[in-house]
Order: sequence, then C-alpha cells, then structure tokens
Amino acid sequence: MRFLLVEDNPDLARSVADRLALDGHGVDIAGTLSEAEDHLAAATYDLILLDIMLPDGDGRDFLAAHRRAKRDTPVIVMTARSAVSDRVALLDTGADDYVTKPFDFNELEARVRAVLRRRMGTSSPSVSFADLTFDPLSATVRVAGADRELRNRELRLFEILLAAPGRIYSKGQLCDRLFSATEAVTDNAIEVYVGRLRKKLDGSAARIETVRGVGYRLVTD
Amino acid sequence: MVNRPHLRPATGGSIRRQLVVQLLIVAAVLSGLLYLSVRGVADTAVETTQDSILGAATIAIAEELRGGEDGVSIDIPYTAFSMLGSIGEDRVFYRILVGGETVTGYPDLALPESPPGSGLDPRFFTTSYDGSEVRAAAVVRSVLVEGRNTEVMVIVAQTRGAKDAIVAQMANRAALLGLGFFALAAVLSVITARSVLNPVQRLAEAVGRRGPDDLRPVERPVPSELAPLVRALNGFIARLSGALSRTETFIAEAAHHIRTPLATLRTQAEIALRKTDDEATRDSLRAMIRAADDSARSAGQLLDHAAVVYRTDQRTEERIDLCQLARDMSDSFGPTADIRDIDLTTDLCAPPVEITADRLLVESALRNLLDNAIKYSLPDGSVAVTVGTDGGRAVIRVLDRGRGLSGARTTQLTGRFRRGTNVADVVGSGLGLTIVREVARAQGGEFRITEREGGGTCAELSLPL
Repeated sequence: MRFLLVEDNPDLARSVADRLALDGHGVDIAGTLSEAEDHLAAATYDLILLDIMLPDGDGRDFLAAHRRAKRDTPVIVMTARSAVSDRVALLDTGADDYVTKPFDFNELEARVRAVLRRRMGTSSPSVSFADLTFDPLSATVRVAGADRELRNRELRLFEILLAAPGRIYSKGQLCDRLFSATEAVTDNAIEVYVGRLRKKLDGSAARIETVRGVGYRLVTD
Repeated sequence: MVNRPHLRPATGGSIRRQLVVQLLIVAAVLSGLLYLSVRGVADTAVETTQDSILGAATIAIAEELRGGEDGVSIDIPYTAFSMLGSIGEDRVFYRILVGGETVTGYPDLALPESPPGSGLDPRFFTTSYDGSEVRAAAVVRSVLVEGRNTEVMVIVAQTRGAKDAIVAQMANRAALLGLGFFALAAVLSVITARSVLNPVQRLAEAVGRRGPDDLRPVERPVPSELAPLVRALNGFIARLSGALSRTETFIAEAAHHIRTPLATLRTQAEIALRKTDDEATRDSLRAMIRAADDSARSAGQLLDHAAVVYRTDQRTEERIDLCQLARDMSDSFGPTADIRDIDLTTDLCAPPVEITADRLLVESALRNLLDNAIKYSLPDGSVAVTVGTDGGRAVIRVLDRGRGLSGARTTQLTGRFRRGTNVADVVGSGLGLTIVREVARAQGGEFRITEREGGGTCAELSLPL
C-alpha cells in the first residue's frame, strides 16, 4: 500500500516510514501541510496518516478542506491526546479513524484494514496462492469453493507467510509480529495459531511446514 | 477536591434593603408632617367656627341692652343660646358688667386681659372656669344711663368639649390618612427598589445562565452606573479565557512533546526488534517498548484525570443516549480487541437509554472500563458491553472473562495509583478506575467492580436517569 505520512517531527516520520516499509508499504513523507498538498497533487495514495500539530497549520483544518474538496482518500489521524472529545471532533471533521501516539503498528494495521474494509466493501482485491484465494480485507480464504473466515491473528500469520512463500520464519520473528511487545507470550503460543491456520487451510494444496528447530514456512504441494 | 460546594460571596448588606429603609424613613417623616398639619388646620378651623358663633351670640346679647332713666335693662335673647347650642352639648356662662360692676351672670368669670374696643368688635380669649377650659368673647357697648354714656361689657364663655371632640375626630382621620399614605409609600418604595435594581438582577442572570465554555464578553446594554462593573467583569473574563486557553494549549503541547519522542522511541525499537536475532537484545528492546507504552499511558491518564477533575467543577450537562455512546465506543475499540482475537460485543436494550450528564465524563469512564477489560482479557477472550435500566438508574456493564480481581474490592482498586495484586505483567498507570470512580461521583452515580461467576470481572457503572 502507498501511504502519505504528514508529520513534522523528522525522527518520527523517518521511523514510521521505515517501520511501514518493513511490511512492504511505500511511504511518502510531508513535513508541512503545503508539502502534503504537493504530494496529493502529484500522486494517489491508499491512505493518509495525518498529524494534528504542524508548523504551517492545524491538521484538522487540512482534513476539513480535504473533505470539502470531495477527495476521498481515507485519513487516519495521529494524535498526541487521548481525550475522547478529540476523537468525536476528529471523526466529525472527516477522519476515518485515529491512533494515539505512540502507537502499536499491529493496531495501526488493524485500523487501516478496518478503514479500507469500510471504504471498499466487497470489491477488495484478492491474492491467489496455489489453489486458494485470499481476500485480506474481508479476512477470508476460499478453499475448494468455500469461504473460510480467519481470525485476526490467523490472518496476520497467513499474510506474513504469504508475503514470502518458502521462506522460513522463526518462532521469535513470528511472535514479534503477532503479539504486541507489551503482551506476555511464550514461544509455544505461536504453535496454537499455526495449528489453527493449518485447520483453516485444510484441504488446500497450500500448507504450513514445520522446519524442526528453525521455524515455519508456507509451501505448496 | 471533588464536589466542591459553590462559593457564596460574602454579602455586606443589601442595596435594596437600604433603599427601602431610606424611602420608608422619608415616607414616615412626610406622614408625620401630614398628620400634624391636618390636625393644626382642623384645630384652627374649629376654633374659628366656635369664635364666630361665640362672637355672634355675644353681639346679639349686647344689642338687646337698653339704657334708661333707671339703669340698664336686658332681655337675653333665646336665639343667642340656641346658636351656641348648635356647636354641641357645652356649658355656657355669661357676665354682664355695667361701668365695671357685675349686674348679672357669673361674677367670677374672668375678664379679658385688655378691654375690647367699643363698637361691637368682640375680643376672644381662653381662660378657665369651674375647672374647665373655656373660650370666651367679650364686647363693649356704650349705653345712655341716666343721661350719661356708660360702658357695658358682655362676656359669653363656652366650654370646649365639642370643639375638642371634633378636633380629636379630625386628628384620627389625619392619623388614618398618614398611615394610609405611609403604607402606599412602603409598597411604592419596594416596587421602586426592585425596578431600580432590576438591571443588576438581569445582568446577574445573563452571566449566571452562561455555560462553562462561554467566555464571550458581556455585551447587553446596562445603565451607566453599572458600566464600570461590566467593564471589570469583561476584563476578568478576558483574563480567565486567556489563562484557560493557555492551559489547554499547554496540555495539548505537553502531550505532543512527550508522546512524539516516545512514538519515535517505540517505532525504532520495533524496527530493531524486527532486524535482530540476538535474544538478549530482543529482550531489552521489548523492555524499551513496554517502558515507552507505560510512560505514554501514564502521561495520557494523568492528563485525562486532570480533565475529569476540571470537568467535575465545570460540567456541561446534556442528553446522552447511552446505547449510542456504547456503540461508538465499541466501534472505536474494535481493532484493538481484534488484534488479540477478542470478541467485543454489545447488548443494548431496545429503547434508547437517555441520561443527562457531561458527555466527556461518561465517555472517559466507559473508555477506561473497555480499555481495562480488553487489556486484562486473555487472547481469544470475550468482552461484552451491556446497557440497561434498573430501578430508575441507567446501568452500563462491561464484562470480561479475564483474570478477575484476586479478591480485591472496588475501594482497593479505585484509589489513585492503586492496582490489583495480579496484574504486574500488564502495563497500567493505576488511574483508570480512579477516573471511573470520580466520574460516577460527579454524576451522582455509583461504580462497582466484582468478580464474575465462572471467572472474569464485571464492572458496573450506574447513573441516575
């Protein structure tokens, strides 16, 4: 996905861009509202991540102008405040959702997914692998003509494995991406989710292989 | 700190009372003067009337005097006394002197201090006779006796009972009139005081009716005497709104300046975590992320707590549909629950449950309850939000199947910076339930957190409908 990140703190902007790049997303950074305008004029984005306090104005005014101009790129606001009244005001202004700094990227991803699902409805693009079709937005895999719904962690696990089929991921790597650092988890928690995902993929040519002592990989028969 | 009673200003007397009292004093003095003058006029009028009758009677007697060779003869006319009788039941005395000698009547009736001039011009005087005060008239007439001009003096006196009765009666009327005048003046002075002070009252109401966020200057027209007060008030409002907006800006900027570097720190740690395989490094990075989250959460809740305490004094009450609020809040927590595979469900009773409360306060409470329920739930757990009514109260329940309370009671968990004994591994500031309790208290409601049968926790916030 392609993000426009509007954030004036260069350190944070760089980190967020790097972090999103790790998940394979493209990110353009705008340090001011006018830079953001320039980027929007030149390219199309799947989503805008918008800070509120910017050197050349208030992100909320930018948001209101964005909506008045009938541009419908989804916007997730990054706010430093957690007061609920802020949230209501933001959603009224036309934000699709908001995250409070500092944010967990798993949560950001979940919110992006929810926003895109609301926006795109059923017309979301799907990915094919082996004999199955995977729709990340509606979190379903179609195996032998039947839709199977994935729970969030199964979905994320499948996305990680599907991004590089054949690549071996260690339990530790998978843990870091499935669980927030603030959650207390054991390595064998990952076995639970691998087991569940295997059940959902049952009957398809795609399967998750255990590489003993190393980790897991997605393979096709 | 919470539920601070409204400050009552110290009052140094009342302008209205002072105004009324002063107007009443003026009215009392005027009433007294009215009474005295009416009484005085009545007294004079009655005396003049009595004098003229007395004078006429005396003259009538004097005119009947006939001089002759053998003295003076008199035939006292009946009409003279019948005239005197017209005034009232008073006793009448007379004395007739010829050449200084009493010839008939009451010889001890006093003479006027100076003799009246001849020519039937009566002299009036007041004296006493037989123990009563009498009014007397004296005339002098020259009569030819034995060929010589002889002066004859006729004195007629009358007691003053009737006159006093009339004067007393008129004085009573004057007193009634004075009292009536005083009563009327009292009513008018109260009305006047009220209407004079009306602009002050209206100004006070206009300022009192304002919501807590309304810091516009007072612009309603006021009498020129009140202009300095309004100018001072507007100056104060301007300073207050300046201070408030500086505080708001400060809180927003403080949050921004604390949370932005924390966000950078957390993100960098996440990136490093993804890039390294060294277990020791990974553990330190996880600890860094936890610490960043912990600081951010504490900072956020301290600001929320400050906002709740501030709002408790400055509530803006409005009608809130609790079902809608619960729905919105669940929507906003949806993705947070989702990433841990927690089912977040709502069970809202069919008719909307409306309460009158401060929206921000109730939202803060519900957000903290949901945050806790999700935080302390195990993965694949479930959290339910229910809204209903019970005995005239709206009841919001947030139910989870998490780790429960290990026997801790509500009061132990709602203290500031107090946390349960079984939650050391989960990030928390110990302020979440304090905020909920303070919201419940501010809105006249109640908060209870109990262990659920079958494991987990039931947090129950009940608020007056």
